[in-house]
Amino acid sequence: MTTDLITRLEKIVGPRFVSGEAEERYLYSMDQGTMPPAVPDAVVMPKNSDEVQQIVRLANELKVPVVPMGAGLVLSGLTRALKGGIILDMKRMNRIIVVNPISRYAVVEGGASQGMLKAYLKKHHPGLKHSMPDAPPIATLAGNVCIHGSGHLSVLGGSHSDMLTGMEVVLPSGEIIRTGACSVSPDWFGRSPLPDLSGLFLGWSGTTGIVTRLGIKLFPNYKHNDVLIFVSEDADLMPDMISKLTSTQVAEDMTPWMSPKPDWARGFLHINIAYGAHSKKELTFKRNLMQASVREYIDRKIAGFLPLPPPQKGRFLKIPSPDLARFADLRKGGGFEYVGAIMAIEHFPAAYRAGLAIAEKFNVGYSLGARIIGAGHSMMFFFAYAFNRADAEDVKRASEALEATNTAALKIGGIPWKAELPAQKQIIEKMDPNTFALMGRIRSVLDPNHIMNPGNWEK
Amino acid sequence: MKPIKFDPAVCVNCDTIDCLMKCQYISFTDISEAREEKLKINDGRDSRVLTQCLTCYACQEYCPFENNPFYLLVERQEEKGILPAPKPIVEEQLRMMAPRGRIAPQAVSGPVVDMCAFPMLTGCVRGKLFEGATTIVGTDIFCNIMWLHFAKNSIIRERVPLMIDNIMSFYLKNSDTNELVCFHDECYGTYTSVADAYGIEVPFKPIHQFDYYNQRLNVLKDSIKPINAKIVYQRPCSNRLSPQTDKVLDEIFAKIGAERVPRKHDRENALCCGGVPRAHQRDELADELVDKNINDMLSVGATYCVFNCPFCMATLGQEVAEKGLMPVLVSDLVQIALGE
Ligand SMILES: Cc1cc2nc3c(=O)[nH]c(=O)nc-3n(C[C@H](O)[C@H](O)[C@H](O)COP(=O)(O)OP(=O)(O)OC[C@H]3O[C@@H](n4cnc5c(N)ncnc54)[C@H](O)[C@@H]3O)c2cc1C
Ligand code: SF4
Ligand code: SF4
Repeated sequence: MTTDLITRLEKIVGPRFVSGEAEERYLYSMDQGTMPPAVPDAVVMPKNSDEVQQIVRLANELKVPVVPMGAGLVLSGLTRALKGGIILDMKRMNRIIVVNPISRYAVVEGGASQGMLKAYLKKHHPGLKHSMPDAPPIATLAGNVCIHGSGHLSVLGGSHSDMLTGMEVVLPSGEIIRTGACSVSPDWFGRSPLPDLSGLFLGWSGTTGIVTRLGIKLFPNYKHNDVLIFVSEDADLMPDMISKLTSTQVAEDMTPWMSPKPDWARGFLHINIAYGAHSKKELTFKRNLMQASVREYIDRKIAGFLPLPPPQKGRFLKIPSPDLARFADLRKGGGFEYVGAIMAIEHFPAAYRAGLAIAEKFNVGYSLGARIIGAGHSMMFFFAYAFNRADAEDVKRASEALEATNTAALKIGGIPWKAELPAQKQIIEKMDPNTFALMGRIRSVLDPNHIMNPGNWEK
Repeated sequence: MKPIKFDPAVCVNCDTIDCLMKCQYISFTDISEAREEKLKINDGRDSRVLTQCLTCYACQEYCPFENNPFYLLVERQEEKGILPAPKPIVEEQLRMMAPRGRIAPQAVSGPVVDMCAFPMLTGCVRGKLFEGATTIVGTDIFCNIMWLHFAKNSIIRERVPLMIDNIMSFYLKNSDTNELVCFHDECYGTYTSVADAYGIEVPFKPIHQFDYYNQRLNVLKDSIKPINAKIVYQRPCSNRLSPQTDKVLDEIFAKIGAERVPRKHDRENALCCGGVPRAHQRDELADELVDKNINDMLSVGATYCVFNCPFCMATLGQEVAEKGLMPVLVSDLVQIALGE
């Protein structure tokens, strides 16, 4: 069957873009996270929607699983072929199709990367930017939107799926459909006022279709940019501080962080706040608004803004931020995974304490932090653990810590984000049974042969 | 704990109360009000000066009797638990700048240049100006004078003797010199003025960077190519602790053909660069100081903006450059004149 599969895939995309070789299958069997490898039968790289459609039809015919993959950087093993089959690597579909500078959106292909769009905008539309995650720039826009990612404009624009304006999707049965305004109009300006079908493909971990095009919102790229770092020592005050700072509605990004490294940072709670403006005067005005919002804490001398001379700010204004990637190599061996749990802001103190307790219990290197989503509407609280991939004991400890973290996050009222298999099961356990049953019915309608990334979101 | 060297009787007999009357940041209706506030400070009573002070060090220079008004003010702030900056800001910096115990003996020979805690500055020590020099650097030899801005005399008392001990035992004790060239104005202030007022013994001879350059320029006089340029100078807070060195700087400028254009905020009227008020969460005041300084610099027409203190340069350098002045350290300017 495998030889037949490879030959038929070759017919669709050409022999250079299919592989059934052991080396490729090994490389595509895992990501940098802790999930064990799962080896695919074939890897294929289509060039356009038509080829994706043909691959999906072939998979239906042969009853072979298809796993859509962007850069495979999700870290929670969602692009592993759990039941074998085809990994559909989207990286060749990387065109930026259109940028609308007035209605501020871009339409890109399903494999276009964050870095490519950033470079394209810098060159052709320097007055615009999109919300970059801190993932390596090769991460794809589609992969990130599909997992409800967040990034450098998330206080301004919410999660990246909130910034989605429409999609073209190859359904598991092979039809190509569109969601959002682009299903009616030539423009990709938004998802309203139609029945919103985009949700059928967001947060489903590639189990409901393959996104071949998507529209995403763009935002003004300011000439003047600045960062503030607010420091305090009491986790219980964080929800109110975040609420006050976001109430000014001038920040673009807000990322609390708590880390035992470097040594001086241990025990302090920091909030990095990035913001921009057209002029220095406007920048100062925005800074003053944010400072005034927390003046009560400053006057009580229990929190304040770190004095950062301009040359020291550059590091904090880098997009993507290099800090997480640096942490990823803390234990050498390049192992790194985090549980990100989306939760209400008021759970910050409980999440912080749970993270500290778990890191101590499992003796793992940790970094805790969050990204605020929307004007203080929720946050992605992350518990990151570094481990040495070459040390089995270390990997085991990190896995156990991650599992304990998922349990703790759910208990607090949060929901593990881009959940790996065990976490999906924990979520399902807590989920309203009718909701889970509806998910199953939707999947059977869309994917009668159950070929799309099977193994995920199942009991 | 040794008390700050200070004689209340001198203040009682003081006619001018220059320490407060000349203060550029706190106003007094008249000399009697200033006197009243100064006496409150001296007696350990509450005074609005203790909370309004920008910690610019200037009163140390203004007092004609060297009666250490600023060190006493910081002492009173700490005694009363007055925090010029929020606690976490101070605590985090205390940890950042704490001695790490990572120091190891190093063979050094003169001139030994103390770069304080700033390794990024060691690149400045190069060429003919610093021929044969050894640099020493790290938080284990950090001068710790910055705690004057944060009401932490206790940290100065605790850490400065340790730093001095480190400098001696790891570097100078087994070397051919007993002199320490302070690249950082603040270090010189610590090992001279602070040490004297706080009763801390200094077993080596601190040499101010300006004295060192001035001497080197005598030796290198044949290599000097006068720069024939107008400069403006940003005098830092720490130079209030060694005002005599300002005249040495004039000699340096004269030797290298740099014209120190008079401006309102130079010499005794120097204004804070705006860095410390940000730590005190007084950003709007800091903005005002930055504007005043830069507008004043621009009004006199100069090519270079010369900094003595690297922190002032970090605070103002970018803005100064955007406005068309070239920011340089004194050592950079001397090196330019030496053709380097
Ligand atoms: C150092 C580091 C920092 C990170 N920081 C952030 C951050 O700040 N914000 C953030 O959101 N994430 C972050 N991440 C997580 C992750 O890397 C990103 O979310 C990334 O954008 C995922 O994109 P990808 O192309 O790698 O997706 P993949 O890992 O390839 O896929 C993710 C999921 O989407 C599905 N999928 C991918 N492409 C398609 C498609 N075309 N159609 C249908 N389904 C598809 C896959 O099947 C999988 O379930 C970080 C990761 C690292 C390593
Ligand atoms: S400190 Fe000096 S200037 Fe101030 S009152 Fe005392 S003697 Fe006068
Ligand atoms: S240190 Fe400066 S601000 Fe404070 S009292 Fe002295 S002169 Fe005034």
